[in-house]
Amino acid sequence: MAKRIDVSGLTAYYGNHKAIDDISMTIEPRSVTAFIGPSGCGKSTFLRTLNRMHEVTPGGRVEGKVMLDDENLYAVGVDPVAVRRTVGMVFQRPNPFPTMSIYDNVAAGLRLNGTAKKQDLDTIVEKSLKGANLWNEVKDRLSKPGAGLSGGQQQRLCIARAIAVEPKVLLMDEPCSALDPISTLAVEDLIGELKERFTIVIVTHNMQQAARVSDRTAFFNLAGVGQPGKLVEIDDTERIFSNPSVQATEDYISGRFG
Amino acid sequence: MSDATTESASTTAPEPSLLTRRRLPRWAPAGIGVASVALGVGIGVATGLSSRLQWGLIALLLFIGLTYVITARVEGRHQAKDRVATSLVWACFMVAVVPLYSLLQTTIAKGIKVLDGNFLTHSMGGVITMMPGGGVYHAIIGTLEQVGLASLIAVPIGLLTAVYLVEYGRGKLAKVVTFFVDVMTGVPSIVAGLFILSFWIIILGFGFSGFAGSLALAILMMPVVVRSTEEMLKLVPNELREASLALGVPKWRTILKVVLPTSIGGIMTGIMLAVARIAGETAPVLLLVFGNQLINNNPFSGAQSSLPYYVFEQYSNGNDASYNRAWAAALVLIGFVMILNLVARAIARWKAPRTGR
Ligand SMILES: Nc1ncnc2c1ncn2[C@@H]1O[C@H](COP(=O)(O)OP(=O)(O)OP(=O)(O)O)[C@@H](O)[C@H]1O
Ligand SMILES: [Mg+2]
Repeated sequence: MAKRIDVSGLTAYYGNHKAIDDISMTIEPRSVTAFIGPSGCGKSTFLRTLNRMHEVTPGGRVEGKVMLDDENLYAVGVDPVAVRRTVGMVFQRPNPFPTMSIYDNVAAGLRLNGTAKKQDLDTIVEKSLKGANLWNEVKDRLSKPGAGLSGGQQQRLCIARAIAVEPKVLLMDEPCSALDPISTLAVEDLIGELKERFTIVIVTHNMQQAARVSDRTAFFNLAGVGQPGKLVEIDDTERIFSNPSVQATEDYISGRFG
Repeated sequence: MSDATTESASTTAPEPSLLTRRRLPRWAPAGIGVASVALGVGIGVATGLSSRLQWGLIALLLFIGLTYVITARVEGRHQAKDRVATSLVWACFMVAVVPLYSLLQTTIAKGIKVLDGNFLTHSMGGVITMMPGGGVYHAIIGTLEQVGLASLIAVPIGLLTAVYLVEYGRGKLAKVVTFFVDVMTGVPSIVAGLFILSFWIIILGFGFSGFAGSLALAILMMPVVVRSTEEMLKLVPNELREASLALGVPKWRTILKVVLPTSIGGIMTGIMLAVARIAGETAPVLLLVFGNQLINNNPFSGAQSSLPYYVFEQYSNGNDASYNRAWAAALVLIGFVMILNLVARAIARWKAPRTGR
């Protein structure tokens, strides 16, 4: 069910500011692709172009093609809402809906889209929470507010919410940056399980994490402040971390950067 | 040898702690307050100052002065400034509360005289103004209907305008709308009344009615609703909108199911305050609803009364029975507004985003 993503010549703007320039890459289905690179090089921006969230930002504009299997996400007539149902997203900061209970948070995507029956909902919520490794911690308090969970639990709740709508691709923007090592490990294990079913893209600043969880790694860089970010190289994670083909990648990974 | 003794003396003497210092006892501010009030009264009586206001001012100044002097001696200058700031805040609070308290006290004391079941359930029909008796039933009906109709008009329009401005509004149109809302905020109620008078009654030829008054009240209410709703919507974190959009929820559903529920408490409070504000308007009622001694349940035809209008009307009668009725109606109006505020608070608390465990 997972899908391949094929990006070609993708450029994204914020108003007149070009944030990323001419990016092309292929993201394999049923694998984890990690994006690494210095702050401000456009990893989040690029990630958000993959489910058309970039254009939600005022002034956000995209040029180029993103093929999901054989459909261009940016073709005329494509409904961004449908795209986002297929390509789910987990944000850097956990953002559960504050007015909703844990149960309602997980069910939110289905409920708000009006696509689920009542009986199915229970099954889906349980399955998603189990999938996010959160079920055991919350099964007795499903009707309690989601905002009452710890940060790490909230993040896993957001992951459960994202996988409950059964996307084909899951984008994660620094999902562990606010988490302790134990929750991080839980999320990483989870990523390992989820890649059986989804295509996963993860942005991270943590080299070890990229090395641990990803099959392929893309390194982004920018020439200078105010310059657009560019893709330097994308390759198998092992190669990137042992023997990258570009010097800048090696410098960045080994900490000899700038 | 002498060196050694001084050294041992200095080591045995307890080092002054860095963390604790001499402090006034906890009752000190209250004590100073009581003392300064006593002194203020004493000085007032001794020098024969006639106005209680002057006594109060003297007490206030004494309070601040004494606080500074005493704290400076015991705790040091730094603490003294801190305490003076605190006492100033308290003093301002008292200055604000005293008129409010005396207003409530006066209204209750004067209003309670004729406020009873009979007063609440009868109109002024067949009552001679010089005589006691009669009631506010017709005015209560008028106020409820006029305010209710005005809210029915102003709340949906105001809400939708605010949603447009915050969620969709970009560019020229949003700026124009914001500008007009700003202008409307400044429209005096008598002007809104005159506008409806010339438009609805003179040009279109409708008669006086509660509804005509509602139209003017709606004009006054709308900008308040727009403004308060706008502020509340802006408080909703963008992350929640993005979270919902990223789940593949259309924008309008996101607004309806995520943005509005998150801010509903604050929005309701704003609406209730707007209602409370127009409930006390007299001018448009005077111009458009005309006033009535009798019960008129139909807001769409014929003259009605309303609580603020009733107060105005009774007070202008200029006799004791009417004065009593005016105060009692004022008390009813205050009670009405108070209930609205309580309802708003209850809703805000009930609907506030739940963060507890
Ligand atoms: N909302 C926005 N409006 C205007 N410019 C933006 C906006 N968000 C990001 N940018 C710009 O786009 C460029 C890329 O930002 P982006 O957030 O994609 O970087 P990033 O690689 O994710 O950085 P980090 O690792 O710090 O998250 C930066 O130059 C940034 O200033
Ligand atoms: Mg980022």
